[in-house]
Amino acid sequence: MNDSNYCPHTPQEIQEMLSVIAINSVEELFAPIPSELRAKTFNLPPGLSEFETYDKMKAIAGENSDMLNFIGGGFYDHIIPAVVDHLSGRAEFYTAYTPYQPECSQGTLQALFEYQTAICRLTGLDVSNASLYDGATACAEAAMMALRITGRNRIIVDGCVNPFSRQVLKTYLFNLDVEIIEIPPLDGVLHREALERLLDDGVAAVMVQNPNFFGSIEDFSSLAEQIHSVGALVVASVYPISLGILKTPGEMGVDIAVGDGQSLGNPLSFGGPSFGFIAAKKTFIRNMPGRIIGETVDKNGKRGYVLTLQAREQHIKRHKATSNICSNQGLCALRGLIFLSSVGKEGLVEIARLNRDKAEYAKARLAELEGVRVLQATTFNEFTLFLAKPAEMIVAALLKQGIAAGVPLSNYYDDSENAMVVTVTEKRSRKDIDVLVKELEVALCS
Amino acid sequence: MQLIYEQSIPGRRGIKLPASDVPVAGSLPDTLLRKNPADLAEVSELDLVRHFTNLSRRNFSVDTNFYPLGSCTMKYNAKVLENSAALFAPFHPMTALLPGGEEFCQGTLGMLYDLGQMLADITGMDEVTTQPLAGAHGEMTGILLIAAYHAAKGNKAKKKYVVVPDSSHGTNPASAAIAGYEIITVPTAPYGDMDLELFKQAMNDEVAAVMMTCPNTLGLFNPHIKEISDIAHSHDALMYYDGANLNAIMGKVKPGDVGFDVVHVNLHKTFGTPHGGGGPGAGPVGVKAALIPFLPQPRIIMDDEGKLVLENSNPSTIGRTAGFFGNFGVMVKAYAYIIMLGREGLIQVSEQAVLNANYIKEKLKPYYELPYDMTCMHECVFSASRQLKHGVHAIDIAKYLIDQGYHPPTVYFPMIVKEAIMIEPTETESKATLDKFIEVMIEAARTAEENPQALLDAPLTMPISRLDETKAAREQNVCCQW
Repeated sequence: MNDSNYCPHTPQEIQEMLSVIAINSVEELFAPIPSELRAKTFNLPPGLSEFETYDKMKAIAGENSDMLNFIGGGFYDHIIPAVVDHLSGRAEFYTAYTPYQPECSQGTLQALFEYQTAICRLTGLDVSNASLYDGATACAEAAMMALRITGRNRIIVDGCVNPFSRQVLKTYLFNLDVEIIEIPPLDGVLHREALERLLDDGVAAVMVQNPNFFGSIEDFSSLAEQIHSVGALVVASVYPISLGILKTPGEMGVDIAVGDGQSLGNPLSFGGPSFGFIAAKKTFIRNMPGRIIGETVDKNGKRGYVLTLQAREQHIKRHKATSNICSNQGLCALRGLIFLSSVGKEGLVEIARLNRDKAEYAKARLAELEGVRVLQATTFNEFTLFLAKPAEMIVAALLKQGIAAGVPLSNYYDDSENAMVVTVTEKRSRKDIDVLVKELEVALCS
Repeated sequence: MQLIYEQSIPGRRGIKLPASDVPVAGSLPDTLLRKNPADLAEVSELDLVRHFTNLSRRNFSVDTNFYPLGSCTMKYNAKVLENSAALFAPFHPMTALLPGGEEFCQGTLGMLYDLGQMLADITGMDEVTTQPLAGAHGEMTGILLIAAYHAAKGNKAKKKYVVVPDSSHGTNPASAAIAGYEIITVPTAPYGDMDLELFKQAMNDEVAAVMMTCPNTLGLFNPHIKEISDIAHSHDALMYYDGANLNAIMGKVKPGDVGFDVVHVNLHKTFGTPHGGGGPGAGPVGVKAALIPFLPQPRIIMDDEGKLVLENSNPSTIGRTAGFFGNFGVMVKAYAYIIMLGREGLIQVSEQAVLNANYIKEKLKPYYELPYDMTCMHECVFSASRQLKHGVHAIDIAKYLIDQGYHPPTVYFPMIVKEAIMIEPTETESKATLDKFIEVMIEAARTAEENPQALLDAPLTMPISRLDETKAAREQNVCCQW
């Protein structure tokens, strides 16, 4: 036996245990595996101490470059209060399992109930689950939920929805008898006339995003009425920080709201873990995927929390379940709750305003540059620019200066070679923005 | 305990925000604005810290309690893994997708690539995608890969079924159903594995895949696994390996060597990343060469110069199963875990996980019904059927254990065992901990005979006693109305 590896037995203890089992060696326990099936090779390197391991991880992280970020596209560089790491870093939270045994899991259960409450209040909808995997998969889950509710098999997707979410939706549904129709964007917003032509009683849901991938903000209220008039549902993907000030999905008449919770207290961390959220009108609760926490009382009448409506779930219903989800992103949702409770009611409004102020400043400064045109649209903290040169070339040049200047649209939309989306969060200072403006000017001139 | 919202005082502030250094923008039209701010908590930072600290103390966790939760592999989570993940917090995933962006992400892309290679070695697969975000998400991804494989051969309409044993995790049939397949369930034989004869009868050319957990949820390694794979392949059905129980077999047997074509691994089980109270997990999927063309994009590949680049334009891909590259922070922890333990360490993990399970099985056998009495792998399944004669169910034993400071084993699963008690100790528990747990389990069996009411009343030491789940389901109060 070599050193610990978090396996604590001494050789003496192993001998005692073997004699209880009445065998001579640990190897005998593997006798049920036919010898001809046993592994012939196992080529991993020898182990390391935790110190060597950490040094190696530090070296790996050092091979990445830190950028001055003006990119978003679903993940955003926002402030994270110190309390988020400290409280979610309590081992009683992060080393617990799914709260199947409520009496010894009230911490997780109450926190997730508070999280569900925060999501309902943020989105203006009635019910939320205890989180999904991420924003992109939440879109796909919402679409499947709409298919179940309506019994129809056609989904219409606004082409302004994040392209990764649209790809995930297609992947989730490709083996099913479901038709997905995408409406190409019109000047960075939903092409409403094209949608009206497609609306009929075969449509299960229309999926939109606010603000959308171009950064444009829209009011979908009247559209929601039109969509409801053919018996279809409205699914909206939203950016939770923007809901500090923007009209809520609930106020617009949206039936199911989804989004990525990364911006709520979760680090960029190269794309995960974050969490997806989903909220809906109350009548749809039984068709929701994933875990849901409900309030109840114990046998002495004391308030407590449990996993509820479990009869929807795979561990009870197996192939008839509403979704296959087992674990979700509970700890990331907890971080979201701590973030929202730390910034609080007024703080979220201020953060949202700060994002818009910074983005509007950047937009105005960039619009002054020769060879830059700003897409005419009302925006939050992202906006689209048209450059006099291919955006890919400009972005590649600025990356070499340590600036991630924006996301070129050419990979995602036809005829958009010169377009890119710029994101400005509250973390970017005026000085950072001025650096972007200056470097972009240089790149456009050279 | 009060909810955080019940502690709110209008106007109270938690953190101070940075001051603005830009002009205030003109306001948005009213039609685009919300009427009232979201009614979030308004608490001081100290109130917030006390609230969540006190909430945390109402949880059992691996760091505070033994957690022998079968099929969940609740092993100790090394602290250096948390420190390692924090190193990667500032990196934006979109950077890698910008033109020329891979060059600035060689560390993160290289780590994912190397992790894929190591997982491929452990599972006997040819390539691994790290995109799936959880075990069940990996299952769905794997089944979609199999669907794409059959579709590419022109068999999309023909392949209608996925076969699962009745001992499988509920996620297996649920994942296959969500991917568009009908389910055929094969019963378990008295020898504790999927009934081979009934399996043969169930198989035909319309079966797309067979999903197996091996060792299965009874903790038993299926000695017929190669024969099952051969039969499946003879019908051009692919073999799917549910990696939930991989902790038992590292370095001993590789799923790829016994005929599996697709596997998912639960990094939050076998590879020591924390469960987080129900996530984030991660469910990387490994495949044999024939399935590589269908893997999700972007796919990380190594070019001729040893640089990592992203492949984004493969026309045969199933597409994308997550927003970016998977639960990257979880991957960092699993990678650190694997390089820290190394080859010998991982073998030792499986050996001692299996040793611990068999030790508990032998010690408890005289006191609890053991429906499948044979050498188990990393977990063993008892039945509370003897205790039931005294009116004590598995759930009552579970609640009694809570009072004694133990998180209960998994109960009522697998569904094929009446009053199941499924114990998975993992390798990280000491003999002293196992011995104390065994004593408490024996005490529970004795109490069931002598004073069954004591078990029915448990738990008594928690902040809360047994909860009314029917009321919760009826009232559907899932959001604070206060």
